[in-house]
Amino acid sequence: MENMMSETDVTKGIKLSPEMNKIIRKQRMQDSIFHKVTLTFASLVLVVLAGIIISLIITSWPTFAKYGPGFFFRNEWDVVNSDFGGLDSIYGTLVTAFIALLIAVPVSFGISVFLTEMCPSWLKRPLGTAVELLAAVPSIIYGMFGLFVFAPVFGEYVQPFLTSTLGQLPVIGVLFKGAPNGIGLLTAALILAFMIIPFITSVMRDVFEIVPPVLKEAAYGIGCTTWEVVTRVVLPYTRTGVVGGVMLGLGRALGETMAVTFVIGNAHRISPSLFSPGSSIASTLANEFGEAEPGLHYSSLFALGLTLFIITLFVLALAKWMLINMEKNQGSKS
Amino acid sequence: MNKNIYRSRKISNTIGLTLSMGAMLLGMAALIWILFILFSKGFAALSLDFFLNSTPAPGSVGGGLSNAIVGSLMMVGLCTFISTPIGVLAGIFLAEYGDRSKIASITRFVNDIMLSAPSIVIGLFVYAIYVAQVKHFSGFAGTLALSLIAVPVVLKTTENMLRLVPSTLREAAYALGTPKWKVSFSIILRSAKSGVITGILLAIARVSGETAPLLFTALNNQFFSADMSKPMSNLPVVIYQFALSPYENWVNLAWGGALIITLTVLGLNVLARVFFREKS
Repeated sequence: MENMMSETDVTKGIKLSPEMNKIIRKQRMQDSIFHKVTLTFASLVLVVLAGIIISLIITSWPTFAKYGPGFFFRNEWDVVNSDFGGLDSIYGTLVTAFIALLIAVPVSFGISVFLTEMCPSWLKRPLGTAVELLAAVPSIIYGMFGLFVFAPVFGEYVQPFLTSTLGQLPVIGVLFKGAPNGIGLLTAALILAFMIIPFITSVMRDVFEIVPPVLKEAAYGIGCTTWEVVTRVVLPYTRTGVVGGVMLGLGRALGETMAVTFVIGNAHRISPSLFSPGSSIASTLANEFGEAEPGLHYSSLFALGLTLFIITLFVLALAKWMLINMEKNQGSKS
Repeated sequence: MNKNIYRSRKISNTIGLTLSMGAMLLGMAALIWILFILFSKGFAALSLDFFLNSTPAPGSVGGGLSNAIVGSLMMVGLCTFISTPIGVLAGIFLAEYGDRSKIASITRFVNDIMLSAPSIVIGLFVYAIYVAQVKHFSGFAGTLALSLIAVPVVLKTTENMLRLVPSTLREAAYALGTPKWKVSFSIILRSAKSGVITGILLAIARVSGETAPLLFTALNNQFFSADMSKPMSNLPVVIYQFALSPYENWVNLAWGGALIITLTVLGLNVLARVFFREKS
């Protein structure tokens, strides 16, 4: 709009031939159409977001009308008697995502440190590419790998070992007891960790690389070790970016369907042991949506979908906001 | 001078760096393990029948994934066809008009969120607005769900690539009196062409492996069908159903399909990288 105003100012007072005026008018019209068309397509994104939220609210309404916000806290999922509550799925989602982060964050941090500070430069590019390609592997592959390869090994060797060591500890011991059948919440969390490590690593590596070399060199110059440079200079400088990257990984982990559905065991119950089968929101949807009849089961599944969408939306928005802030701060410093 | 401080600093340095190296090795080991399993099981399942026959009935021997491969190609193809113009035009808006406008910064924010939104919810959404209305699953519904996932990818890369075009090019064109739409199409978009194509390739790679949104939209079809208004077979859903089945030949077919999908996705990613590096 401002563009057009200034054009008018420039052409004011200059006598133009009628043909010229016609051309100018035509071009302005085309430009304004072009502007509107691109604007329409860009707003489609907003329309889709609003559409998703509205349609999920409408379709899940019968459930919320019956249970109210209590739906989130009811530990009940009985298809036969048509009695539903979301607590066990929400619990499974949060617990698997949380454990996955617990494992993925330190590992990703280590890989990023290796890639940015220790790696010989000829190896930097191939390893960086490998990490990014790993992030592109479809999640169903992780799920199959988890079910056919990882779970048997895990149940045979790792779970008995965990039971006999961590399982003997007083308070947290109960988490590591139970039948070692390979599938369950912990397996799902580990597969998720495998999956989100590349995501978190690529963000961390990117933000580590924006640290001005001068800062690092100054620290090295006064005799800091590499580890001190990483923890006292790089990490504080990139704090917001790192947290943003971790949140991005959390967003992925919460909404992941295929990697989880294969190995979580799909049982609707909450038990203290991490070895026992459970279910996440996404796995419940993938398993039951096909068989659901219109009615309370159907609307409860939509209610779970809505819950998942709101949780991830919140996490991702927070992540995005942190990364944006980081860019702004960086701009003011340089 | 206190020697203990030096020693403890040195030790913590060694421990930290060793752990970092260990993390890298762990990551590489996981990658190699996954790829090794995938290749050994996947290649064992591949044969000529695999590409020529349709998915087998329960209990019957042999069979292939031809219907699923064709279904996936059709849906991903149509999805590319739909999402490319939408994503590119929206990207042009954000890059060319988006500096001062409020709606552009909101769109940018929402688009970044949609990039990582859970794909299964996209499937639910398409089910609610489309499948539930027409009362049957269809290839078109699957395409719609995939497009909703592809558009944010195309949009994001297009915007980033257009922003890399030096503004002197824009100004030179404006100085000649070129209208804005012509500048955008014939100058900015053309000079950022390879970057935009990279984005499209990445979007195709992303949707080729998506399973969750297809479960409630395209579903599956045991028989060969090129009719997109009917339920349509596709690789990810077939892999999902076959991998969880009790039949050994189904599980083998699932591994073969998984290998094909992974090779496609990784191939597209490598292609996108090569393309971008060569042209820019």
